[in-house]
Amino acid sequence: MQLATLLIGLISATALWSGVQALNQQARTAYDRAAATFGGSRTAMLVSNDSATFPQKLFVDLRRAGWPVSPMLEGRIQIDGRSYRLLGVEPVTLPAEVGSAPAVARGSLQSFVTPPGEMLVAPETLRDLALGEGARPQANGVALPPLRVQPELAPGVLVVDIGIAQTILKLPDQVSRLLVGKSKAPRTSLDAVAGNKLRLVEPSAESDLERLTDSFHLNLTAFGLLSFFVGLFIVNSAIGLAFEQRLPMLRTLRACGVSARMLNTVLVIELVSLALVAGLVGLVCGYVIAAALLPDVAASLRGLYGAQIPGQLSLKPAWWLAGIVISIAGALAAAAVSLTKAIRMPVLTTAQPQAWQQAQRRWLKFQSAAAIAVFAVAAGLIWFGDSLIAGFAVLAAIMLGAALILPMILNIALALGERSARQPVGIWFWADSRQQLSGLSLALMALLLALAVNVGVGTMVDSFSRTFLVWLDGRLAADVYVSAASDTQATQIKAWLRDRPEVEAILPGGRADTQFADTPIEVLGLPDHATYRDSWPLLEQAPNAWVRLRPGDTCLVSEQLSRRMKLSLGDRIEVPAPGGNWPLEIVGIYADYGNPKGQIAVNFAALTRRFPQTPLTRMGLRVSRNNIPALITALQDKFGLDDRNVADQATMKAESKRIFNRTFSVTAALNAFTLGVAGIALLTSLLTLANSRLPQLAPLWAIGLTRRRLAALELLKTMSVALITALFALPLGLLVAWCLLAIVNVKAFGWRLPFHVFPLQLIELLAVALVAALCAAALPVARLARMQPANLIRIFANER
Amino acid sequence: MLRVTGLTKSYRTASENVAVLRGVDLALGASESVALTGESGSGKSTLLHLIAGLDAADSGEIRLADTLVSKLSDAGRAELRRDRLGLVFQQFNLIPSLTVSDNLIFQSRIAGRHDPAWHDELVDRLGLAPLLKRYPEQLSGGQQQRVAIGRALAPKPLLLLADEPTGNLDEDTADEVLRLARDLVVRTGCGFLMVTHSARLAATLDRRVNLHAGVIA
Repeated sequence: MQLATLLIGLISATALWSGVQALNQQARTAYDRAAATFGGSRTAMLVSNDSATFPQKLFVDLRRAGWPVSPMLEGRIQIDGRSYRLLGVEPVTLPAEVGSAPAVARGSLQSFVTPPGEMLVAPETLRDLALGEGARPQANGVALPPLRVQPELAPGVLVVDIGIAQTILKLPDQVSRLLVGKSKAPRTSLDAVAGNKLRLVEPSAESDLERLTDSFHLNLTAFGLLSFFVGLFIVNSAIGLAFEQRLPMLRTLRACGVSARMLNTVLVIELVSLALVAGLVGLVCGYVIAAALLPDVAASLRGLYGAQIPGQLSLKPAWWLAGIVISIAGALAAAAVSLTKAIRMPVLTTAQPQAWQQAQRRWLKFQSAAAIAVFAVAAGLIWFGDSLIAGFAVLAAIMLGAALILPMILNIALALGERSARQPVGIWFWADSRQQLSGLSLALMALLLALAVNVGVGTMVDSFSRTFLVWLDGRLAADVYVSAASDTQATQIKAWLRDRPEVEAILPGGRADTQFADTPIEVLGLPDHATYRDSWPLLEQAPNAWVRLRPGDTCLVSEQLSRRMKLSLGDRIEVPAPGGNWPLEIVGIYADYGNPKGQIAVNFAALTRRFPQTPLTRMGLRVSRNNIPALITALQDKFGLDDRNVADQATMKAESKRIFNRTFSVTAALNAFTLGVAGIALLTSLLTLANSRLPQLAPLWAIGLTRRRLAALELLKTMSVALITALFALPLGLLVAWCLLAIVNVKAFGWRLPFHVFPLQLIELLAVALVAALCAAALPVARLARMQPANLIRIFANER
Repeated sequence: MLRVTGLTKSYRTASENVAVLRGVDLALGASESVALTGESGSGKSTLLHLIAGLDAADSGEIRLADTLVSKLSDAGRAELRRDRLGLVFQQFNLIPSLTVSDNLIFQSRIAGRHDPAWHDELVDRLGLAPLLKRYPEQLSGGQQQRVAIGRALAPKPLLLLADEPTGNLDEDTADEVLRLARDLVVRTGCGFLMVTHSARLAATLDRRVNLHAGVIA
């Protein structure tokens, strides 16, 4: 039984940990791929001080001055209504360290730079475009160069020669930045060549995407760690009991002359061999878990951060090796106390099979003191901490403290029960539950943590869901959304729509990309219309905010941008625009859930004046409800638009809700896994305890309690401690939810959600906890109820 | 009061059927104390366990007063042990999670036969007053066995069954414990059947019955 328990614990711990690590590794490989795309943040670069484009002449001047620079132009284009990132590069001067992509470009340099040129894309982008290699898609009425696949590229990126990019983006002789090679040749100082127009940005070891997604991966890692520790609880419990039961044999071996060192070496070899087997099985299970969760993780990362993760799992040998190492290290850590005991074991001491349980009691006070210290650390972190890591540290401290203090809480609750009991069986029920506590406390801690995480994450997701749905209702204010293939088609569509009586209003929309304080942001154009004034949800606003938006000298900012940049109502900001900086006063702050980028909203007309290159392909329509299907069909027939280009509000809401639910399905799956492992921990603890409980139960049977009644009492005892644990887990879970909403989410995503309590959800989890306890207790209790009298008599028999 | 007739019991091992009791006949009157002796493996403990209803016989009859023990169901046998029998074992088998006080009253209370005056007398005669708040693991072997005797006699049973009750005690303590048990048995008027290896202790009881190879010799 101990062997099975040990293997189950190690396999669960390794599987969940390595599964999560596999997901993280897959995502990080994708980020590296994105960062290596023609000089992401991994290459030093020169950018203009106002973050706008600058004349190509500066590139020529710098090259002449000895700077190993290469020009790059970046912008966004729309193909079939979908937005892509266009990169124009100059392949001859590209620094060698930019990545593997330039080498490919150089391989067919002539076809890349001579008309019609080539457009390099990732295989995923080609699939997304539903085109083959060599095809020439259209953008804004211009035929783009033929497509060519380059596997090293990140999805969603189109790479062309810079001359072609300048034509497509209508930015002749302009560049966005200059990549700087690592040449050590002497060069003139930057100021002497470019004055104060450019500044040097040093390469960063971590990409923007990595920074943005850190919280998500930290969250996954936290879940993995939690499951790992829950698994180790099982291992620790199994090893502890196995060692105790083998102590008489170990003493005999010592008495026969086997040295303590030899004994310990053999025990460690035995343990490492088991950990090796369990680690391998755990890794296979981890691979299966990761493969099952990958589509949802990819959807979450795409939905939350716009990160593109391939759907096929590919793992490095390091992952396999790390999994084996963590399994062995975990087993040794869980066995450390028992191994130390075996080394120090006095040869002449008689065996005390229950001694380890009794010894645990001495730890109760020490544990409680440690818990209070950990809670103090959590309070200090809440007060003084101001980072995402501090937020997670608060969560970890609260959970650790709660786990440590749980045995004391259970002990007090059971002692109160014992004190209030009047009947002898009742007194025994509470007293025996207390005595059993030391053997069950690790499993109950695991159950507490799993339940608290479930309550916490569940409350956060439901709070988010409630807020998100209300927000979505206001945000998707138009009845139909249209995305034309080009500006020309958009003009034709608008003209056609003006003649349709069922169309009550055409609400043009547009967005431009720029930089604000070195961070990419979006500028969103909103038309001056009652649809927005009445429904657009604002978290804070100055008086007459919508009216003040009209002239184009004010803006609304997204909550995440306002938090990140510490912006508030009345602040004045300057947004880089092609014609120079655009001064704006903040008159409102709005929620923009799910957008990884900071965003500001301005009057649409003002946006098109300041950013003349803004595609005018998007529009919303106000249409009476009954006419929506007919209008959509007519639009599709007339202009050859598909479902991606025309959608009604209900469809978009449904799609948003689907993405939302998928985003949190990974969390739900990990929640379920953690609760499952906690259930297994409880089951294995009860099974390992079952045999050692017989000497305590047999006298009661001899005195006159039937086996069935004893079994019922045992079941009730397990359910009682599980119930007390679950009742403690509820407020703990709500505290976890508050930490997630008020600390972690704010740091990770930049938005703070209102905190809601969902009583039905809490009742549901309470029931789940009791069902988990019932399932865990069912097998040992059933065995007790059906136990042959001979097994119980053996407890009293001196001879047979 | 106790009549055992033609009792047989065998155990099945991996290779054979071992007959432990081969037709035991035994009778014990009210207030009579009997020592059951015999070599190791003769079936003494098995016979005691069958009389206590801890196990079922293969054939034969056990009658305690007006109750046919051998025909009782599992629940019926549990009820019999609770209400009419007192059991004392070599390993004491007290309930480790309960104090001495709670151990003492446990059986009499679940049987609904708790008598405070008798309880006080037991505590006094067994010398348990200073130990009432302690737990079994805090007591010596002799003290634990005195608690076990007190617990068994608290409901004033019809029959006290003891399986090597002094096997784990030194000679002086064994004598003292057995003297107390005998005195209290006389005081309650119940029957007393004790399994023992000790001819010396067996001689202190009213009668001695020897079991040899599964039959009364």
